Amino acid sequence: MIEQSVSPRQRRAAERREARAARHQRIEPTASRTERIEVEIDEGDPLLVYLRAAPGPVEIGALPDYSPAVGRMREQGVRIVVPLVTSSELVGVLALGERLSERPYSRNDHRLLDSLARYAAPALRLGQLMRAQEQQARERERIEQELHIAQLIQQQFLPAALPELGGWHVAAFYRPARTVGGDFYDLIELADGRVMVVAGDVTDKGVPAALVMASTHALLRSTAGVETAPGSVLRRVNELLIPQIPAGMFVTCLVLVIDTETGRTQYANAGHNLPYLRRDGAVVQLEARGMPLGLLPGSTYDEHETVIELGDLVLLYSDGITEQHDTEGAMFGFERTAALVSEARSGDDLVDRAVDALARFAVGVEQEDDITLVTLHRGRSRGDVVAFELPSETGNEREAMQRVRELLDGALPPELLDALCTAVSETVMNAIEHGNRGEPSLAVRIVVRRTVEEVSVEVADFGRGLQQRTELPDLERKLAGLQTPRGWGLFLIEQLVDRVVERVDGERHIVRLVMRVDEHPDITPTERTTP
Amino acid sequence: MSVTTQVLERDGELVIALTGRIDREAAAELDSAYGAVRTHAAVGLDFTAVDYINSTGIALIVGVLARARADGVRLRASGLTPHYRHIFEITRLSDFIEIAPSDTQQS
Repeated sequence: MIEQSVSPRQRRAAERREARAARHQRIEPTASRTERIEVEIDEGDPLLVYLRAAPGPVEIGALPDYSPAVGRMREQGVRIVVPLVTSSELVGVLALGERLSERPYSRNDHRLLDSLARYAAPALRLGQLMRAQEQQARERERIEQELHIAQLIQQQFLPAALPELGGWHVAAFYRPARTVGGDFYDLIELADGRVMVVAGDVTDKGVPAALVMASTHALLRSTAGVETAPGSVLRRVNELLIPQIPAGMFVTCLVLVIDTETGRTQYANAGHNLPYLRRDGAVVQLEARGMPLGLLPGSTYDEHETVIELGDLVLLYSDGITEQHDTEGAMFGFERTAALVSEARSGDDLVDRAVDALARFAVGVEQEDDITLVTLHRGRSRGDVVAFELPSETGNEREAMQRVRELLDGALPPELLDALCTAVSETVMNAIEHGNRGEPSLAVRIVVRRTVEEVSVEVADFGRGLQQRTELPDLERKLAGLQTPRGWGLFLIEQLVDRVVERVDGERHIVRLVMRVDEHPDITPTERTTP
Repeated sequence: MSVTTQVLERDGELVIALTGRIDREAAAELDSAYGAVRTHAAVGLDFTAVDYINSTGIALIVGVLARARADGVRLRASGLTPHYRHIFEITRLSDFIEIAPSDTQQS
């Protein structure tokens, strides 16, 4: 007895290979005198149409001669063919050779085969569907896994830790609409000590955009080694990108080259959103226009110059924020974005507020495009930012606390400094024990910032992500034995500082503790000087 | 060991004077110091020479407090800096451990 199923399209190739292999095999009769014969039926074979309409088992002689499969079946001694049809779909074919008695098939045999086919067809169909479903599930899993890897690779393109540029503070936020995205940003330290800041946005989103993003980013990086004028960088990357970018795709890109000593900044723009600059409470846009990259050979880009003064705040952003809609169909827009720039206390604060405002604006609406925010804040005085790293060894939380205390001596009233120090110690202890799992070779990075308005301490580890919120500690429950005596760390941190912000940046998990300098009316100046 | 203890009698009250840090390493010392005084009706904890208490230290103090309540021992605390007094307040330890008033002036 021979069985040949008509397979769903996606399995055809594999089965064809199998069938081909089977045909090449010399098939030896076995002791039980059965032979296994494989017959391949091409998708376009008229036999399929014929069998779908056949009322039951068909003698080989009655089948259309012009079907290639019929010829192959004849060669292999097939005598009768039974179509397996369910829901008017041909799901398989039962092909039988000669009866062992060598007599023709009787009418009884026909009836028996016909009823067998009626029972077998739905079962076979079910089996095929299940197999197809399993295959699809495996395929989905594989794609998800690949996307996850793509995401990890893409994260490598984005700066893992933003550089501390003497007196400047850079904050960034990146969230693709899908697993991977077409937005990018980078900070490239140039050979002459200046810093090139780039932000870009590839049309579309998802994997195609991510691939173009990767090559554009590589071109920008390599170009930064030979060109340092923003206009020339864009011109060159445009020429290099055109031969490799798919038709219909393009890249908007903004390039700033900053002398961090003087604040002198040259910039050029290839169709990207105009950055906002806040100075003394007024918000303006840095005007610069040009053709997006990848569209037109020979495009040139005007260079502009400005000075980013002490205290200035700059925001680079992709249209994922300005063009996000709410449930009513309104866009977040430039006005709201500019208002955020105007209200922000610092670059970090601007990022936090923007992410927050956007989440509230677009509640119930899915994120439409990749979102990138980069803020550049030039501190009012140098030495505002100090960063240091400690190995993940128990006890180093006290070292961290001690250094923060020295760095912030005089910046906060003693009681607030004590509170911040305890919060720092607890946060660093979490980073050492949980985030970095006590692995001494993994460093805990601590960044201490002072502005006129606030003091912040960032603690970064390599943990997998945001901490699970556990049950709030309750002393009475603890004393009654209903809660473990432990679990005070997070509670203390939150009680002791004004604000705790947690975020993930590339492979780092960052907790920022913020203490406001000017909002503690309960502490009088005389108390502030009490040792 | 991060903390040392000394049991002494002061103004007719039994006091455990603590010196050093109250963190994870203080567990055994704190436990044995309490074990030595558990039969008394009231015990003082003197934090004057303690310069650091972390969340694990708070958990240890919660543990001592739980034992004291089971044993019927009343706990008092003295020598806390304003910062640690604040922590005793936010954790509500001060609801169960009597805090000696105006510690800073006393010392």
